[in-house]
Amino acid sequence: PSPAGEPGHVGRPGLPWEGTVEHGFPSQPSALAYDPVLRVMAIGTKAGAVKLYGAPGVELTGLHKETATVTQLHFLPGQGWLLSLLDDNTLHLWEVCQKEGCSHLEETRSFGLPGRPGCSPGITRVTVVLPMAAGAMVCLGTEGGAVYFVTLPTLTLLEDKTLFPDEILLSVPDDYRCGKALGPVESVQEHPRNGSQLLIGYSRGLVVLWEQSTRTVQHLFLGNQQLESLAWEQSGKSIVSSHSDGGYMVWAVSGTGQKTQQPTMSTIPYGPFPCKAISKILWRTCESGNPFIIFSGGMPRASYGDRHCVSVLQGQTLATLDFTSRVIDFFTVQSPSPPSPGFENPRALVVLVEEELVAIDLQTPGWPTIPAPYLAPLHSSAITCSCHVSNVPLKLWERIVSASSLPPSALHPSLQAWPIDGGKNLAQEPTQRGLLLTGHEDGTVRFWDASGVSLKPLYKLGTANIFQTDCEHNDSLNQAGEEEWPPFRKVGCFDPYSDDPRLGVQKIALCKYTAKMVVAGTAGQVLVMELSDEKSEHAVSVATVDLLQDREGFTWKGHDRLAPRNGPLHFPPGFQPSVLVQCVPPAAVTAVTLHSEWNLVAFGTSHGFGLFDYYRRNPVLARCTLHPNDSLAMEGPLSRVKSLKKSLRQSFRRIRKSRVRDRPVSPPQVQEANAQLAEQAGPPEVEMTPVQRRIEPRSADDSLSGVVRCLYFADTFLRDAAHHGPTMWAGTNSGSVFAYALEVPSQEKFSERAVEAVLGKEIQLMHRAPVVAIAVLDGRGNPLPEPYEVSRDLAKAPDMQGSHSMLISSEEQFKVFTLPKVSAKTKFKLTAHEGCRVRKVALVSLASAGSEERLENCLACLTNLGDIHIFTVPSLRPQVHYSCIRKEDISGIASCVFTKHGQGFYLISPSEFERFSLSARNVTEPLCRLEVARLQDTSCLRWAVWGVWGALLWWNPSRTRLGPRGSSSSEVCEGLVVPGACRGGWEQGECLS
Amino acid sequence: MNRAQRGAAGSRGLGTMEVKSKFGAEFRRFSLERSKPGKFEEFYGLLQHVHKIPNVDVLVGYTDIHGDLLPINNDDNYHKAVSTANPLLRIFIQRKEDADYSAFGTDTMTRKKNVLSNVLRPDNHKKKPHIVISMPQDFRPVSSIIDVDILPETHRRVRLYKYGTDKPLGFYIRDGSSVRVTPHGLEKVPGIFISRLVPGGLAQSTGLLAVNDEVLEVNGIEVSGKSLDQVTDMMIANSRNLIITVRPANQRNNVVRNSRTSGSSGQSTESSLPSSTPNILGNLQGEEESDEEDIIIEDSGEPQQIPKAAPTSESIESLSQIELLHESTQNGFLPSSDMNLNHSAGSISMEYEVPEQGRKSLEEDGTIITL
Repeated sequence: PSPAGEPGHVGRPGLPWEGTVEHGFPSQPSALAYDPVLRVMAIGTKAGAVKLYGAPGVELTGLHKETATVTQLHFLPGQGWLLSLLDDNTLHLWEVCQKEGCSHLEETRSFGLPGRPGCSPGITRVTVVLPMAAGAMVCLGTEGGAVYFVTLPTLTLLEDKTLFPDEILLSVPDDYRCGKALGPVESVQEHPRNGSQLLIGYSRGLVVLWEQSTRTVQHLFLGNQQLESLAWEQSGKSIVSSHSDGGYMVWAVSGTGQKTQQPTMSTIPYGPFPCKAISKILWRTCESGNPFIIFSGGMPRASYGDRHCVSVLQGQTLATLDFTSRVIDFFTVQSPSPPSPGFENPRALVVLVEEELVAIDLQTPGWPTIPAPYLAPLHSSAITCSCHVSNVPLKLWERIVSASSLPPSALHPSLQAWPIDGGKNLAQEPTQRGLLLTGHEDGTVRFWDASGVSLKPLYKLGTANIFQTDCEHNDSLNQAGEEEWPPFRKVGCFDPYSDDPRLGVQKIALCKYTAKMVVAGTAGQVLVMELSDEKSEHAVSVATVDLLQDREGFTWKGHDRLAPRNGPLHFPPGFQPSVLVQCVPPAAVTAVTLHSEWNLVAFGTSHGFGLFDYYRRNPVLARCTLHPNDSLAMEGPLSRVKSLKKSLRQSFRRIRKSRVRDRPVSPPQVQEANAQLAEQAGPPEVEMTPVQRRIEPRSADDSLSGVVRCLYFADTFLRDAAHHGPTMWAGTNSGSVFAYALEVPSQEKFSERAVEAVLGKEIQLMHRAPVVAIAVLDGRGNPLPEPYEVSRDLAKAPDMQGSHSMLISSEEQFKVFTLPKVSAKTKFKLTAHEGCRVRKVALVSLASAGSEERLENCLACLTNLGDIHIFTVPSLRPQVHYSCIRKEDISGIASCVFTKHGQGFYLISPSEFERFSLSARNVTEPLCRLEVARLQDTSCLRWAVWGVWGALLWWNPSRTRLGPRGSSSSEVCEGLVVPGACRGGWEQGECLS
Repeated sequence: MNRAQRGAAGSRGLGTMEVKSKFGAEFRRFSLERSKPGKFEEFYGLLQHVHKIPNVDVLVGYTDIHGDLLPINNDDNYHKAVSTANPLLRIFIQRKEDADYSAFGTDTMTRKKNVLSNVLRPDNHKKKPHIVISMPQDFRPVSSIIDVDILPETHRRVRLYKYGTDKPLGFYIRDGSSVRVTPHGLEKVPGIFISRLVPGGLAQSTGLLAVNDEVLEVNGIEVSGKSLDQVTDMMIANSRNLIITVRPANQRNNVVRNSRTSGSSGQSTESSLPSSTPNILGNLQGEEESDEEDIIIEDSGEPQQIPKAAPTSESIESLSQIELLHESTQNGFLPSSDMNLNHSAGSISMEYEVPEQGRKSLEEDGTIITL
């Protein structure tokens, strides 16, 4: 993800692959800043990214050319300038630029402090950055104790203004000086009322109020405790300093030339035992009462030294906000227009911790959290699977939203609006509602509003409460500790520890018309859920399906099944389970599919697959796919971990054995070996352990060959060309496809007659590669619609006259077969040609940029090399391909989901989805504007050039994409896919490239 | 029927030849065009047709000018028979099951008369195992060096036929670096090499590949620029009909073509390394389609090979062939009636081996043979 594109990027077909927007929480944040005028915040990351967030939908992204950690970020309030300090000690100026009505973040200049001759480079290491309110200068405090001044926006050093510690030491009394240096500058704060006065704090504890204009010391605070941070009281009458011993001190500021030995107040809030340092402290005045003192750290070293805390203290009220990850930084948000000028009246406290962003409402008693509209911690429990539902009907959407709006617990979230609301979102209202479902390790399924730029949490469904797990008493423990001191309060939702790995969600299927959902997990549990607007108390009926089907000689060595809780259970409004199907053996569910019209759910594991009628609540079919020689399939994922010791022991044995065998080499063999060595032309290549790969075709008895990889329902022609009917298809890891003809009673007779399944066909792909997807195409070559889509007039009825065909995608090739005679029509051997393997595949319909009517069905395929290939359907002609994900990023590739309309998501970090688009029409990317009032207009020269490019670019009024990236990859892709429709796009691309 | 009738009608031009065919006690006479005898399969079908034994497997023999009974079982010896027959081609047909293989060979006609010697020394000819020349469909392709004529002498293109053998392919590949001659001189480039041959495996038993041979192409696709994993995947994907072009580590056994002197092998051809593959594809494509056909089992439990919807038709010349096809399908040559619709003329060459148990065939690779 690079910042707004460069002219060279435009129109090069296929080359630049860029995601459109990142959803979730940036990985490894390292810096935070807030602009109270623009009301936007910025987050910097260890990877060198800078992200600006304002109102929902207002997002700007920039990336430093250097991949260095952003250690500090500072806004020049209101001016659209942002200073970033990297850990390579360079300072960078970012600018919010406007082009074509949209704002973009651009790095304009960078600066490094010149080293001082004869000194170690460490002393010019910048420790403090303070942009001055006047806006024309930045003040840099350094490791060596010097304070430098740099002009803005040119970033030139004002050498004559530099303040060296020697100058300060002149005014320091001798008994304080003791010949010791002042240490690094720890904090520089501007006087809240008088811009020319700076409060400079040195590590040793000395704090100086420095008058810039006259270069005189106004006030000396002779602190003796190692200083961590400083903050002004808003009136400028007192300051607060925090220290490494976990204490803070309040000092009174008075007239000129004074020296203060003692603070007016000094306290160690979590004493008396040794405490950790208070790394940052804020003092915020409040009209309604005592001032807020907010600080991070300071916990008693021995008992709570490992906690990540921010403390909020107002008068006698103290809350110790206890986070699950390290605190990076925090700030408070003031009301935009203070009711009375003397007070700051903080509305909210925003804390950035390593894994999430938490906002606390400081105006509501109890200081509840404010739910964030973006930066959702997707990884609050690790994501185990994801699934996208497009075009969600409004009715279902509203029901899901209302189910989530009722708070499940006593911890009411604040009703206060999100306080960071700067900027204007210019993106069009999303034309349809998209739902992203993520399954998590702890058994929850989270529903996200993926319609627009910001991924909003909608609803969270837990499945753990259906089972007996040991996690329950944990909650009671927490409650018991209420009286403890410090008054810890758990905030945030990042909790990477799963109580029971068996709860993990493996597969999700949702029917958006009937609000039925299937959630399947690691211990072979398949939950059929129904959306209910009322809370309910009912028992979940449990059924077990034996997938081994009396196969003998197999003993499951993996985990036990989850024991369901007995009796009626309480369920809040939302998705409530009606049936629990448990597979035997309880291996992880590897495929699941749902047909709500036929009331059927199909599920598969590494042992076989089953079909369950959830209306009559009885199993219809179970089929074992296990190969008799497959031993690995019977070991659950957990038992394999357990057997590590065993395998280690075995490998040691093997080594020993081979040594024994190798030693007595018979003389003729030695001679032969020597002769071979001599025959080699050059010196033998020095390769320690050459990586070898065995070349062998797959055989039927490869391990895990029976894993069911995909399941599919279709109303099509299986037995003869005259009659179509319900069918179910299953594909396995060894290239087998099983097709069943289903006898499904009509709607009225569901309760009377049972569903029957008869094996219709078995197909064995000769190349035996895993079958990753099966789809049936109608007579016109279109994929069959989803259940209810036709009866509700949401899709065209499929063509049942022409002959249907079946698309089978294996890891190695795509094949289209005719139905009902399964004869091969077309195929594309991806692996044989490209040497890559299919990881994810989906049928997507891409709309032409010119007209929404022109839809083209394509096969989108993500390979193990991270490339996305697009093929026509059903002719399977390769169209374009992009390199999309790094091939080393296995979890990114594994996490990819395609939407029906040619967008997609993949995880770029455990907490972030990158969104991309293969379509020119269907693009979700941030378009926003920040109104910047800059003192000097310094629009960089480059923009003049851009103007020309821009004019060329934005000429076409029918364009829907506005960003400069807009015209890059996906447009060209579309041009290829729908050749006639987007000739405009092509020409544009050519004239620009 | 046409040709036989035409022959019988007596239009005996110079180009035609009389055929006298004996099956059991029955004789049939018909004529063949000497210049255009057609393929053996057509002739075989024609014989079955004229003798009204459409689904009987038979052995076909003829007497050559020396009076020896020689078999006809492929295009070559069929053409030989036609070209040498003068004026009459005598055909002897035996049922396969009660065929007397010893009848074939040199001096067979004379030996036959010498019954006494056979009776006196019966073990004499039992000891000698007779070489049976089978029908074309009984043959299977074997691994070989191919495209010798279009490849540089330093390269070797090897086709490994896994088909029908239980042997593992049996080799390993590794990363390495190779030295190439480029316009800028010698350059070290990454390459893929054969690292190990499994004893008793196909690769070793053919003797066509050796450790440290550099792999240049896999089924016509250059491997340069591809990772070891990619090449592994490509080889496995093509493992049923794997064609690898290698530069043998040992360049001493290269095939030396007549057009070149032996001294020219080695470095001189190096620089003329083919840059793009299509022009030297040679054998790579033609047989590609036949190598892997998926098996489909209908609910009856019978396995079938999945036929192609639109098979590429082979040479269909004579009218009689079409008729033959009709006959053969009618008589259950193909296992399922479903297949008829799909078959056009070219697919006569397909034959299915139907094992008793459908399930079993799924687990075996080589049961389905296509020619």
